[in-house]
Amino acid sequence: MTTNGDAVKVVPVRHVGQWIAAAFVLVLVAMLVHTLFSKLPNGPFACHLTNGVRTCHRQSEWRFSWNIVFHYFTTSEVLHGLLTTLELTVLAMFVGVVLGVTVAVMRLSHNRLLSTSAWTYTWFFRGTPVLVQLFVWYYIAILYPSLSIGVPFTHWTLVHIHTNTLLTAFVAATVGLGLNEAAYMSEIARAGLLAVDEGQIEAATSLGMTRRQSLRYVVLPQAMRVIIPPTGNEVISMLKTTSLVSTVGVVDLLGAASNIYSANYEIMPLLIMASLWYLLVTTVLSIGQFYLERHFAKGALRSPPPTPLQRLRRDVQGVLSKFRTRRGVVGATG
Amino acid sequence: MSNAMVEARGVHKSYNGVEVLKGVDLTVVRGEVTCLIGPSGSGKSTLLRCINHLEKHDAGELFVDGELVGYEMRGGKLYERNDKQICGERARIGMVFQRFNLFQHLTVLENITIGQIKVKGVPPEAAKAKARELLARVGLDNKESHYPAQLSGGQQQRVAIARALAMEPKLMLFDEPTSALDPELVGEVLDVMKDLARSGMTMIVVTHEMNFAKEVANTVYFLDGGVIEESGNPREVLTAPRSERLRSFLSKVL
Repeated sequence: MTTNGDAVKVVPVRHVGQWIAAAFVLVLVAMLVHTLFSKLPNGPFACHLTNGVRTCHRQSEWRFSWNIVFHYFTTSEVLHGLLTTLELTVLAMFVGVVLGVTVAVMRLSHNRLLSTSAWTYTWFFRGTPVLVQLFVWYYIAILYPSLSIGVPFTHWTLVHIHTNTLLTAFVAATVGLGLNEAAYMSEIARAGLLAVDEGQIEAATSLGMTRRQSLRYVVLPQAMRVIIPPTGNEVISMLKTTSLVSTVGVVDLLGAASNIYSANYEIMPLLIMASLWYLLVTTVLSIGQFYLERHFAKGALRSPPPTPLQRLRRDVQGVLSKFRTRRGVVGATG
Repeated sequence: MSNAMVEARGVHKSYNGVEVLKGVDLTVVRGEVTCLIGPSGSGKSTLLRCINHLEKHDAGELFVDGELVGYEMRGGKLYERNDKQICGERARIGMVFQRFNLFQHLTVLENITIGQIKVKGVPPEAAKAKARELLARVGLDNKESHYPAQLSGGQQQRVAIARALAMEPKLMLFDEPTSALDPELVGEVLDVMKDLARSGMTMIVVTHEMNFAKEVANTVYFLDGGVIEESGNPREVLTAPRSERLRSFLSKVL
């Protein structure tokens, strides 16, 4: 930089391609917003008399029938379906996480029988479609009409129960989704356990901790950091996979929507209504995941990642300071 | 009570058919500092890990505090100890690692209290008091709520020493405690170790710090190729080596 003691104007690189792409995307967004809130002349006929002449024309209505979407949004049928969806998600994920972590620990066991059983479990439940598994649990009474607890290979029984009394549609759905999820969760948990440095286990061992203690107090808490993000993914995925349960007679959110549209033929509005609910719940879950990740990142980073609010503040300050330096004096070397 | 804290006789250890220890004999006297030196791969760390039962030795006898490591003699038979008994033995042997191995998800204070609370069943308040006392001893009393990642290597290693001391060990094992440190941080860790040696702790130190060995050790063992090549008083062994191998090793490290 040669100067005569004056400030030199710094010209930043112009990103022409970026501007063109941004303009293109902006047009697409405008088109999307426009079509979302456009109207179609597909309503009922409205007639009126003008100078004794009766004219009729169709009323304009929202293309996406927003009035119908929001009319059903909070009806008790839909809310009941939503509740079932949420219950199934929570219960199936609970089964999935607890069983999945157990299978992962078994898989890493030195005992060959345990590790092979764990591998086989994952192989089977990951290798067959979840829809098939749901059907199998729903119709399991065909294979096992009754269930009993007793001593294996003898006729001595303690409890005896009809399968269909125990495995209602809801229970069958929970079991089916949960066992399937456990197979995926076990791989996620295994990755997390393997990600913890072996030195951590050695240190715990040298303090006199048993394998169980070192797993509980040292390995698992650190594995959580690796396990949480894909698990959040699984929860969101499960939220939507629960929509399969309507095939075995459980009325979830989508089931409720489909019950309604099979009566009034408003298919699109009700599908949109259901999708909006799924999106809403996913949004809440994503926010929860962010704070959970932050919690388990404790100690792993010198400073925790900023919350969205902190990041927004930083971004705004960044942009402001950029403007300031662009207009200001950028160093003059003598 | 015998005078020896650790006694090894013909200890062998192989990994996947590779023999790392080929019959090691060693005696560590109570209250003394013993340094193990030797080229990498000579079996120093393996010997240390056998003493702590982190590794199981294949043959030979290994006594810690007069008891066979991992076995119990009852009625003329040797019974292998179960995991819980082995854990109990380990709790009385402190170990400090080359890469510190502090628990990353716990604060400095929690690192030092967790063993006391979970293994020894010390009440949390008493454990904290002891931890603070030890932190003061290693010169880190203002760092108790820091996480390991926020500390320098030297500070982390000093916390690791405090963590091991919190279990009130009768024997301390150091596995190259200063090898992962920046040169200017080595001194602070060695100072803590010297202080510990002066307090009468029985210590086995695997190290490349020859000056430390010369100054602090009562006995030094030179391992090469899985056997003890030479041993004795450090001032004699390190200044007037008898074997050609030790001579060439010392010429490389000094």
